[in-house]
Amino acid sequence: MPDPYFQHDTTGVKRMYALEMINITKEFLGVKALDRVSFKVKKGEIHALCGENGAGKSTLMKVLSGLYPTGTYDGEIRIDGKPVSFRNIVDAEQAGIAIIHQELALVKEMTVGENIFLGREPRKFGVIQWDQLYYEAETWLKKVGLTISPQTKIHSLGIGQQQLVEIAKALAKQANILILDEPTAALTESEVEILMGILEQLRAQGVACIYISHKMPEVFRLADSITVLRDGKSIVTLSRAETNEDEVVALMVGRELTERYPYVKKTLGHVVLEVKNYSVWHKEKPMKINDSIHITVRAGEIVGIAGLMGAGRTELAMSLFGAYEGKAEGQVWLEGKQVHIRSVQDAIRSGIALVTEDRKRLGLILGMDVKTNTTLASLKNISRLQVINQNEELKWSQKYVDELKTKTASLETAVGTLSGGNQQKVVLAKWLMAKPKLLILDEPTRGIDVGAKYEIYHLMNKLAKEGVAIMMISSELPEILGMSDRIYVMREGRIVKQLSHDEATQENIMMAATGGE
Amino acid sequence: MEIKAVIEQQPKKKNVFGKIDIRAYTMIGALIAIWIFFGMLNETFLSARNLSNLFTQMSVTAILAIGMVLVIVAGHIDLSVGSIVGLTGGVAAILSNWMGMPTSVVILCTLLAGALVGLVQGWLVAYRAIPAFIVTLGGMMIFRGALMGITKSTTIPIFDAQFIALGSAYFTDVFGIILAAMAVVALFVSTFRKRKSRQQYGFTVSPLPFELTKLFVISALILVFVVTMNSYKGIPFPIIFVIALALIFSFIATKTTFGRHVYAIGGNVEAARLSGINIQLHTMMLFVFTGLLSAIAALVLTARLSSATISAGQMYELDAIAACVIGGTSLMGGSGTIIGAIIGAMVMTSLDNGMSLLGMETFWQYIVKGSILILAVWIDIASRKRKTN
Repeated sequence: MPDPYFQHDTTGVKRMYALEMINITKEFLGVKALDRVSFKVKKGEIHALCGENGAGKSTLMKVLSGLYPTGTYDGEIRIDGKPVSFRNIVDAEQAGIAIIHQELALVKEMTVGENIFLGREPRKFGVIQWDQLYYEAETWLKKVGLTISPQTKIHSLGIGQQQLVEIAKALAKQANILILDEPTAALTESEVEILMGILEQLRAQGVACIYISHKMPEVFRLADSITVLRDGKSIVTLSRAETNEDEVVALMVGRELTERYPYVKKTLGHVVLEVKNYSVWHKEKPMKINDSIHITVRAGEIVGIAGLMGAGRTELAMSLFGAYEGKAEGQVWLEGKQVHIRSVQDAIRSGIALVTEDRKRLGLILGMDVKTNTTLASLKNISRLQVINQNEELKWSQKYVDELKTKTASLETAVGTLSGGNQQKVVLAKWLMAKPKLLILDEPTRGIDVGAKYEIYHLMNKLAKEGVAIMMISSELPEILGMSDRIYVMREGRIVKQLSHDEATQENIMMAATGGE
Repeated sequence: MEIKAVIEQQPKKKNVFGKIDIRAYTMIGALIAIWIFFGMLNETFLSARNLSNLFTQMSVTAILAIGMVLVIVAGHIDLSVGSIVGLTGGVAAILSNWMGMPTSVVILCTLLAGALVGLVQGWLVAYRAIPAFIVTLGGMMIFRGALMGITKSTTIPIFDAQFIALGSAYFTDVFGIILAAMAVVALFVSTFRKRKSRQQYGFTVSPLPFELTKLFVISALILVFVVTMNSYKGIPFPIIFVIALALIFSFIATKTTFGRHVYAIGGNVEAARLSGINIQLHTMMLFVFTGLLSAIAALVLTARLSSATISAGQMYELDAIAACVIGGTSLMGGSGTIIGAIIGAMVMTSLDNGMSLLGMETFWQYIVKGSILILAVWIDIASRKRKTN
């Protein structure tokens, strides 16, 4: 009888699975984020988990780390062959799972040592043994190649060093299964080398590492096996030896373009936006988030900006809109005139509008009603001597509710109670009312239903036809391909490729975005 | 994949009576209940004389609460208003008594002083990003200290009769009636102009009989108020300040871009910033307003007591904050109304006044007022929770 917990690998040696996730299905209100995903990691293996933004990688890891407790998903998790169920993160940690998050989860005001042992401080009769804590912290720091004192406060460290502290913290938990979610996003070349070294050591010690990364060169340098997720399904698990970068990228994006996009060929007008040699500095550190950007957008054109998360697209949009705190250099020309945009007010005055990626946090005032949100950016146009003409306000907001087919009980309904698609329509209405020449859309259809998506696509085409220049940032490749007249691909703060509508394919965009060959 | 919860909107029943602010009516109901309660225990409570006193007493808290509402709505707090009342009151007394300035100069300089300290505090909060709690806590001590310094810790009496009239004069009966008539006419005219304008835009208007009933009820209340006040000495002067300021600031809060922007800042400061609202300028202006209103309150208080003392205005900031909170202002920012704060001030003053009439000991008065404050917010939070569930 074949033992289900053992399998013969290429060398013919029986190796046990450290982790098996079998038929994991996770639904959010009827939408399947994970659909019968199976994922198995052997001991002493570095296993890369690849997939586009939104493919389900993070959801899967949240299931594994106990963030989504047992019962909120279907399927089975086994560790060392034994079925387990986690009620919370502590359960998962006790089972030997440690996760290193993409966003740093360190307490900035505490020392390195305190962070490494946060919640697990060595104590005697409830009293923290500080000497022991700092002594042990130092040994863990040495393992990750950090020579700093464990009494240093986190906020005085650079992002790369913080990432290494985060790794030391995970190691200190003596985890058997280590999850790394985009660990190199903030690291310099030499720090990446250190990390690679640590991971190879861990592999030798028999730790199972799950390595989530968009960066193909890293994946192919480190991983023993690669599992590709797509649209919430586990597509395939390959061993590194039997595949190559091209195949993995193709598998990541491989879905058929079943959704239709209402692309229309447009007649382009004059140049509306011209950005020359534009760089944006990080708001705290001396590093460039955007470097030597050149972009043009014409009237009536939809220009797509593709790239992976963290490529610097949102920062570029915010900076052009005068809303990014970091310093910007270079030139911005609007309709043939050089402009210096220092604030959002400047941007609105010059005819720029920005629909932000996070509508709940940045786009809307959720407690306020539909009409107040609609008119918020253009109150000047409906006021005289600072007094708002409330009839004009009703008229305009009703006009946009009708035009965009926003489903709302009334104009006095708080926008927080509307569905995502209708909320996004209110944000769009706010900026349409400001009559922009250049409309920047950052992830305009994120988290909204299909019906509303198409209405927004049609609206974009209509606006382009009216001569508005549209710059659309999107992480959804089909959307970029389906809607853009021209596409810029960004990677690590730079424009690495420009493609026309006809040239662009999912593969060549993904290749440019991941820096593959 | 991040999937946002899709909240289906509830189809709201269209109310035939138009928009009714249930919260405001509950608060008015609570106030009436308190009045009836005290009226039953002590018949002098509802006498014209006592009501007249009550309105005069509440005027200072009410004026301070008007400014406080907007500051809280924007997500800040002003702990210094009590001390500004003391300081500007001292300035007024020095100008009037020691320097013998005419009343008009005294008023002007006092208002200027209030606006100036507000400007400095507002600048620190808005442009130097120091938390308002800290700036105004510091201000509370600094202004109190400054008051002691400039008055050499003495009580300065006021002899200028014109000045004293600001706080303790009454309108004659005839003038009161004329005021009431003017208010009623203004009410009718504005309501009908609004109806006409809405109809021109093709919007629905509430049914005429309902609108008329509402107008008649409000007119009757105005008349009852004036007649009651006239049966004692007439409408107290300070009440006119409260009503005028409440109208002006309600207008600013609900009808102007400034007011709209303040609510937007309190509702979501990032979204407000990305909609092109100048956060810093608006924030600073709010503190100028509280400074100015504190100075007005100081004039009323100093005139009523016909002297400036070093303890004038102590703890008033807490009364003002309590009035706002009882009146439905959320300390999280983004919501609150002027009228609510006025009603809150009335509740606080009625409790003070009623308990004093009953001869309750001071310690009980503090305990009751504190409990009522907590209770009001408890009920408010509980009812909001029920609504969202």
